[in-house]
Amino acid sequence: MDVPPALFYTKTHEWAKREGAELVIGVTAHAQEELRDIVFIEVPAVGRQVKQGEPAAVIESVKAAFDIYAPVSGTITRSNQAVAKAPQAVNQDCYGQGWLFAIAPSQPEEASKLLSAEEYHKLIEQAAH
Amino acid sequence: MTTPLIFERSIPGRRGYRYAASDVPPIAPVEVLPAEHVRTTTPAWPEVAEFDVVRHYTRLSQLNFSVDTHFYPLGSCTMKYNPKLNERVAAMPGFAWLHPLQPASQVQGMLELLHGLEQMLCAITGMQAFTLQPAAGAQGELTGLKIIRAYHQRRGQRRSTILIPDSAHGTNPASAALSGFSVVQLKSGPDGLIDLNELKARLNGEVAALMLTNPNTLGLFERQIKAITALAHEQDVLIYMDGANMNALLGICRPGDMGVDLLQLNLHKTFSTPHGGGGPGAGPVGVTQALEPFLPLPRVRKRGRQFAWHEQGKHSVGRVHGWFGNVGVLVRAYAYIRTLGREGLVRASETAIINANYLKARLRGVLPVPYDQHCMHEFVMTAKLLKAQGITAWDVAKRLLDYGFYAPTVFFPLIVEDALMIEPTETESKETLDQFAEALIRVVEEARQQPDTVKRAPRRMPVERLDEVKAAREPNLRWRPAEASCPTAPHG
Repeated sequence: MDVPPALFYTKTHEWAKREGAELVIGVTAHAQEELRDIVFIEVPAVGRQVKQGEPAAVIESVKAAFDIYAPVSGTITRSNQAVAKAPQAVNQDCYGQGWLFAIAPSQPEEASKLLSAEEYHKLIEQAAH
Repeated sequence: MTTPLIFERSIPGRRGYRYAASDVPPIAPVEVLPAEHVRTTTPAWPEVAEFDVVRHYTRLSQLNFSVDTHFYPLGSCTMKYNPKLNERVAAMPGFAWLHPLQPASQVQGMLELLHGLEQMLCAITGMQAFTLQPAAGAQGELTGLKIIRAYHQRRGQRRSTILIPDSAHGTNPASAALSGFSVVQLKSGPDGLIDLNELKARLNGEVAALMLTNPNTLGLFERQIKAITALAHEQDVLIYMDGANMNALLGICRPGDMGVDLLQLNLHKTFSTPHGGGGPGAGPVGVTQALEPFLPLPRVRKRGRQFAWHEQGKHSVGRVHGWFGNVGVLVRAYAYIRTLGREGLVRASETAIINANYLKARLRGVLPVPYDQHCMHEFVMTAKLLKAQGITAWDVAKRLLDYGFYAPTVFFPLIVEDALMIEPTETESKETLDQFAEALIRVVEEARQQPDTVKRAPRRMPVERLDEVKAAREPNLRWRPAEASCPTAPHG
């Protein structure tokens, strides 16, 4: 399973990548595989305040609808409109073209508590057994 | 297989009837209606003969996979057989030909029926009063949430949160969010039931209500229901019960006695109305005495020997449906309850429970049942062991169609991976249940030995495996003449 080492992760299968002062957020390869074919994505409006662990985006697949949680608190600075138009990008390239939104964190210490790639890898390995 | 649309059968000039010349002077619409409401083009109605229409829809009805033709174990949907007597009663001219604007004095029979239905639903659930207006389960939930908000507001409180177990019906969080509440999910305990400690930790003065389903979507009865409702009531948190699974409880126990404050019933499920095509339904909401003032109006009241519409109420949340609800469904439910009577309803629920437990006992060795306890009217299996062959619950469900059985609900509830949710209802005989069990056993064998057969299913249906992804990503919902390839399409 693809778990890029440079990213941070949540137990709810989001990834976060530092880009300057922002954190870019998406869902992991494991998540997109479990979701199967994604057919609809709702990304948050730029400027919206989110709290850590709160639903920030919605993904609908052929299986069901799922909330995507904000890995940290802060303000939405960008959201990926291309993915809202062509949701298959998340199935095809979840760590690249399939990013969902970016947050300017308001509580920087929250980011330090996210999982490392190693910790996340262990989590999905355990869940498989 | 392709069946042309009725529009594609159209031949210009073809018709069913010719009318005699009108002996009334014609009125041009532009002379009597505001210009913006008058069409400038004629609608492109199909031009077909009567028998074209009859053949077209008869053919479509023959393609239908329905409870009238097949076993339909779609979990959580209670696809029981709908007795034809209900249809006959609902079609009686005294019911079917009424107009909602007729004065109460002319429709006493209908009002008596609605009043009687409300009383019977109260007796079955132990609630104090019902509104019959909501058109379906989810609208009942929305109505219930409006009542919850009105109740707290009248006590000078603005409570913003609804607690919902992770085993709830998907409509519950959707209805709560639509009503402007924030939703807090309660994680189920290892037994698949509400965890009292988790509940205690989440209860506070911000919580307006706990929305639960009993039995829950695993088909399990919340055995601690009285402790749950007592804990919530200590903090003035109301208990909303999703009554979609009421088919397990008729005459056995009553939500009102468990401490439930309000609930919706899905008459089209529990009380038998055809609902495979998505409706129409009826989702009456029942409440305790304390919540009765908030019910939608109008409601039928009995004054002496007469029945009348009660229209006014200071605290009512207002109308939720035009006129008086889906009255045809209400008539069918009344007919069903009166036909079965108290003893019949108890036997219906008992048989539904026995059927589900029998099927679970026959199948538990075939696919695992993660929360394997005595179930109520339905149970949930997991197809995750077939993952190695690349087979999901979805594929199993599709292959069952080839064996002449409707698919169980798949991928729900979400707390079971690759779930298959099976609800046989009281309708089915032991022979049918055995045939279904044998079909599922064969499908699982095929999944292990020749997985491609299962992945490509269904092969014996009028349509084979559909491209559900394309259908969802690029929905093509409306026929347009310009796009149609059929040369006989009308233009207009």
